[in-house]
Amino acid sequence: MEGAGERRRAGIRRGLPFGIAVFAISISFGVLARPLMGPVAPIVMSIVVFSGSAQFGALAVLLAGGSAGAAIAAGVLLNARYLAMGIALAPSLRGRALSRAGFAMPLVDASWAAASRGDGTFDPWYLVGVSIPQYVGWVLGTVVGVVLGSRLGDPKALGLDALFPAFFIVLLFEEARGRRRLVAAAGGAGIALVLTPILPAGLPILAAAAAAVAASRLRS
Amino acid sequence: MTAVWVAIAVLALATAGLKLAGPLALGGRPLRPGVMSVVELLASALLAALVIVETFGNGRALVLDARVLGAAFAVLAVWRRAPMIVVVIGAAAVTAIARLLF
Repeated sequence: MEGAGERRRAGIRRGLPFGIAVFAISISFGVLARPLMGPVAPIVMSIVVFSGSAQFGALAVLLAGGSAGAAIAAGVLLNARYLAMGIALAPSLRGRALSRAGFAMPLVDASWAAASRGDGTFDPWYLVGVSIPQYVGWVLGTVVGVVLGSRLGDPKALGLDALFPAFFIVLLFEEARGRRRLVAAAGGAGIALVLTPILPAGLPILAAAAAAVAASRLRS
Repeated sequence: MTAVWVAIAVLALATAGLKLAGPLALGGRPLRPGVMSVVELLASALLAALVIVETFGNGRALVLDARVLGAAFAVLAVWRRAPMIVVVIGAAAVTAIARLLF
């Protein structure tokens, strides 16, 4: 059994390319948020929220003239999947409540998927390691986006919005091996396609968990 | 501006709450085997849903735009075992070029 430090360092190495991708994504968050939020709030938001989907979702509502309540609702729905991810992670966390909380706070999509051992358990120190470069990249990218602002040009013209699907495609290919996982992935994709036009943003992703329930009934 | 700060504060607390609920309520205790086999498949289902929403989603609508070409490049590049950084930067580049041309 390797030590905690070794697992964390392995996670950091694994997380570096994620950190670079997240850096580029958060530049576009900084650019888009600055005109509405001013220079300080976007950076504070990246430090304390640290969630691309919730931050972009809440920003989109505010930019459209929505209220704080509507922005919060959008962000919470977009992050609702963390509830499912946290429940999945829980049995792998030992120790006191404070230490369990310490491992759960750095939870983000890429770290959660990368730390999955494939048998339903997770490597907590590896998860923390993978999150470290992403946190640094996320906050630094927001600073760069806020500082450079519109001088960078339109984030969409740079294709920065395509970083999200590419990021998740990498994770999906690593994860979805074997028949039951492919069925779960296909089902999750189908649920998202059907429900996106019907439900508020974020809920279709959470509803995709039903595909995991259905696929678990199959023989492996 | 108040709305912005309220949104930031509440979202920070809510995100932490969502992440911590499971580990604080259940931490350390093993889940039942039936639940465990669902957990094992959760990542595949949620990641696939995220790919769809980030490729085709635009608020509460499905749209076909230049992101689709970027995502198609990403699938091809992952298939050919390209490094992660090539996959994501390439996807952005393909999308940017497509927007420039069309």
